[in-house]
Amino acid sequence: MSWAGKILRVNLTQGTCTVEALNRQWAQEYLGQRGLATKYLSEEIDHRVDPLSPENKMIMTTGPLTGTMASTSGRYSVVTKGPLTNCVACSNSGGFFGAEMDFAGWDMFIFEGKSPKPVYLSVMNDIVELLSAEEIWGTSVWHTDEWLHAKHQDPMVRVAAVGRAAEAGCLYAAIVNDQHRAAGRSGVGTVMASKNLKAVLVRGTKGIDNVKDPAKFMNAVNAGKKVLADNAVTGQGLPTYGTQVLMNVINEIGALPTRNMREVQFEGAQSVSGEAMHEKRASDGKPNLTSNAGCFGCTIACGRISTVDKGHFSVENKPDYWGSSGGLEYEAAWALGPDTGVDDLDALTYTNFLCNEDGFDPITFGGTLAAAIELFNMGALTTEQTDGRELNFGSAETLVWAVEALVKGEGFGKDLGLGSKRLCEKYGHPELSMTVKGQEFPAYDPRGIQGMGLAYATSNRGACHLRGYTVASEVLGIPEKTDPLETEGKAGLVKAFQDATAAVDSSGLCLFSTFAWSLEDIAPQVDGACEGDWTAERMLELGERVWNMERDFNMRAGLTAADDTLPKRLLKEAAKTGPALGCVNDLDKMLPEYYELRGWTSDGVPTESTRQRLGLS
Amino acid sequence: MVTVEFKLFATLMEYLPAGAQDHSVRVELSEGATIFDLMDKYRVPRTQAHLVVRNGIFVPPSQRKTYPLQDGDVIALWPPVAGG
Repeated sequence: MSWAGKILRVNLTQGTCTVEALNRQWAQEYLGQRGLATKYLSEEIDHRVDPLSPENKMIMTTGPLTGTMASTSGRYSVVTKGPLTNCVACSNSGGFFGAEMDFAGWDMFIFEGKSPKPVYLSVMNDIVELLSAEEIWGTSVWHTDEWLHAKHQDPMVRVAAVGRAAEAGCLYAAIVNDQHRAAGRSGVGTVMASKNLKAVLVRGTKGIDNVKDPAKFMNAVNAGKKVLADNAVTGQGLPTYGTQVLMNVINEIGALPTRNMREVQFEGAQSVSGEAMHEKRASDGKPNLTSNAGCFGCTIACGRISTVDKGHFSVENKPDYWGSSGGLEYEAAWALGPDTGVDDLDALTYTNFLCNEDGFDPITFGGTLAAAIELFNMGALTTEQTDGRELNFGSAETLVWAVEALVKGEGFGKDLGLGSKRLCEKYGHPELSMTVKGQEFPAYDPRGIQGMGLAYATSNRGACHLRGYTVASEVLGIPEKTDPLETEGKAGLVKAFQDATAAVDSSGLCLFSTFAWSLEDIAPQVDGACEGDWTAERMLELGERVWNMERDFNMRAGLTAADDTLPKRLLKEAAKTGPALGCVNDLDKMLPEYYELRGWTSDGVPTESTRQRLGLS
Repeated sequence: MVTVEFKLFATLMEYLPAGAQDHSVRVELSEGATIFDLMDKYRVPRTQAHLVVRNGIFVPPSQRKTYPLQDGDVIALWPPVAGG
């Protein structure tokens, strides 16, 4: 068992909620969460559907281990067709919302249609209702969370909501749960708002009572927790410095994209690093970092909780932002910092607060602002389009003004909500958008980390570090060190990371557990909890099946091998400093081998024998 | 003599001498000194230095006791860390 076995289908057009049994056969083939929900989506929608039309569907989904005693089991995902990319979108979030879904007895919520008026879904175990959200439409995630807690008079309810960015049509809006954990990428929040669905509120008191073999499961879970505790990365490194410790690492090795990826090292990296978050500020004697934090069931606790100096210009006379809140994590800090050239830690922290408060992806926001600044510098944008503001790299004032403009969704803030691809096309310079399949890069320059270039180019949801994090091997030596400037062997490395990641993302566990765990550690936990015999080999094959299914989804949506590429800047303009000096990303040396290893044609199409081997219809 | 820049990050920062700026200290060493010699000078436990980088390039453990430091080298060290 372990799966709750129940799906809630919510037809927002008709205002109905119906209960369905989980497809057990599909669960054996796709496990849960990313894999299983993508299977449902792919079976139920026209792949060419407009992502913001009522015909698109949106699925909130847990994995079979979500909410269990396994470490890092607080994950859920949102699966839909993404408006930023026109690809399959699967955004994964932590916090406590996912576990609460399982405690209430649900594997998935499938949303279809569009409500005539703003609503929210209330789930109290088996009691489900669509209730009016007209009073909270037009308000932030934080306000919505507070309002729903007050209305339902239960401090234990968990809320996932969209903010004003999603309502204003920002194409990279997020769904934020527990106030500062987000299903952040590809615009899943924009889809939710397009359905007039403001929030989902869940309270579950059933617990998890359907583990297949409780004794076997607990033994596997305990063994796994010991591995995490004994590992220096998951036991000490991540809790102490969080993901933000990478800022100086990636800068030192010359792969920190800077000022819209024009450079690969940032002179202000130390000022916005994980170490800097620990340092006492000169102004008030307090560090930026308040504490670390963990999601449900996590024994790593890598999350950051921070404060902004009350005297900082961004929060002056704004007491709402004087308290502690979530962030900065590395990817957000990079996008808001080095990519815009800003080295003001408090400005980055405040901007990140607003990304959480009103629900949008800080990676895409930072990348879009960086492109806008470059457009402004070259004269393609002027103050006529930017509401009279000059846009400058390195300006904390530019950053803070831009994020507030985006939240308001007016004037140039509307343009910033397009994402860099559409923004750069609108102003005549599509080459300045640092994206793959319409989604902005995260914080690793593929000129200095070659394998990441291939991982980005072939990612099924556009540029993303969480679809094949070869940084672990190429930079950090996990599980073994490879040369980041070498292309040989990277096709196999990328494929291995992509398949393993798809398996983990289908389980309910956090990808960060894999800094210590391999599938050999995860499979026994799945096997103890779920029907069927689950081995590491089966998990890896499942991951490959999920990857090919996502590929299939995108090709049916109209994408081709021509979309498996990188911006010209990364293929033609060499790195100017650091170990990668003179290097571009040599994607063409890796891509053909990657297609071959995948069992795809030279045009990137899964062959019939590959489809049969993986059981894809 | 060779002069190198020595950088320590994350939990290894505690081994920096007082007054070090930006995680960094300039160090003079005799010709032929190795990365392990440099670490020993500041009592950095060899087992804690997981990621060792010379001028931005990873130095495998086998070379840390043999590679002779060159004038102007920048050596940066981290304990086991990760992110994403």
